[in-house]
Amino acid sequence: MNKNDVIREFSGGLRTMAPLIVAVMPIGLVFGAVAASKGLSSLEVTLMSAFVFAGGSQFVAMDIWSHPASWGALGFSALLVNIRHVLMSASIGTKMPAFSGPAKYAAMLLLADEIWAMAETRATQARLSAAWYAGLAVPFYFVWVLTSLAGSLAGAFLGDPKVIGLDFAFPAVFVVLLMGFWKGRETGAVLAASAAAAVLTHQLLPGVWYIAAGAAAGVIATLVIDQRREACA
Amino acid sequence: MTVDPNVFLAIVAMAAATVLTRISGLLLIRFVTIGPQQKRALEAIPPAVLMAVISPTALVTGPAETLAVLATALAATRLPLLAAVATGVIVVAIARALIGA
Repeated sequence: MNKNDVIREFSGGLRTMAPLIVAVMPIGLVFGAVAASKGLSSLEVTLMSAFVFAGGSQFVAMDIWSHPASWGALGFSALLVNIRHVLMSASIGTKMPAFSGPAKYAAMLLLADEIWAMAETRATQARLSAAWYAGLAVPFYFVWVLTSLAGSLAGAFLGDPKVIGLDFAFPAVFVVLLMGFWKGRETGAVLAASAAAAVLTHQLLPGVWYIAAGAAAGVIATLVIDQRREACA
Repeated sequence: MTVDPNVFLAIVAMAAATVLTRISGLLLIRFVTIGPQQKRALEAIPPAVLMAVISPTALVTGPAETLAVLATALAATRLPLLAAVATGVIVVAIARALIGA
């Protein structure tokens, strides 16, 4: 790939990600403001967003934040909240033949939900390149870190994003991307199993076990359909 | 601008846990042979994860959110991403204002 190709691929990824970059801004601001209200300094907020870079687990950490901070509880909760990333990285990892070995691992460090979902969608349409992925991930990363910092400085001046529906932006993105993965009845079975397990787990268990449960149920549904097909054949 | 040692340790623990989950899928596919069945299981992961993420919002949060998810899904069949997402955000804001959720 020559220099022009790299630039074209990078800006392709960036353009695809632009709406999500806009949508993550209020969320980063809110995270920073919430973290400041829990007593984190602006530097601590920035470090957390830069090192962890996983919005869901960062918000959960704020929920269970204590003084002094308990690294065991926070580390374990981050592990549970992000357990879905094991499946996500296994899936996207098979779509990275164009990546060098180190580039694959570097890409995984930035595997936030939004970046992963966009990369999966790209891989269904074209060959996923490292430059495209960088266009998705790197600007999004910096916006997340910088808006977290800005939120911690602005603190309580920020209003509630719920009032104007901005908290719905990410669920809406996931709905749109989900529609792109529809491949007929078998997908329907996967979705039904995933939704049923996720809702049930969400009602019964605290935290975000529901994501892991739904994902596992969807995969199991595929395996069951596979077995039946083999039994019939 | 200070960093408390306890807070720093907590951030490092969270970062280590997150990196572990993000790398281990990649390690998994290196050491497991991908046959047709494994391939179909892997292909089920994106829709299964996305469905699980949105299910509580779509089904048990409230009528405004359920309505907005339906509107977004419908919009996604005709409109590009940004327009479909905007539809969802507008529908949820209006529905919440009307229903009072």
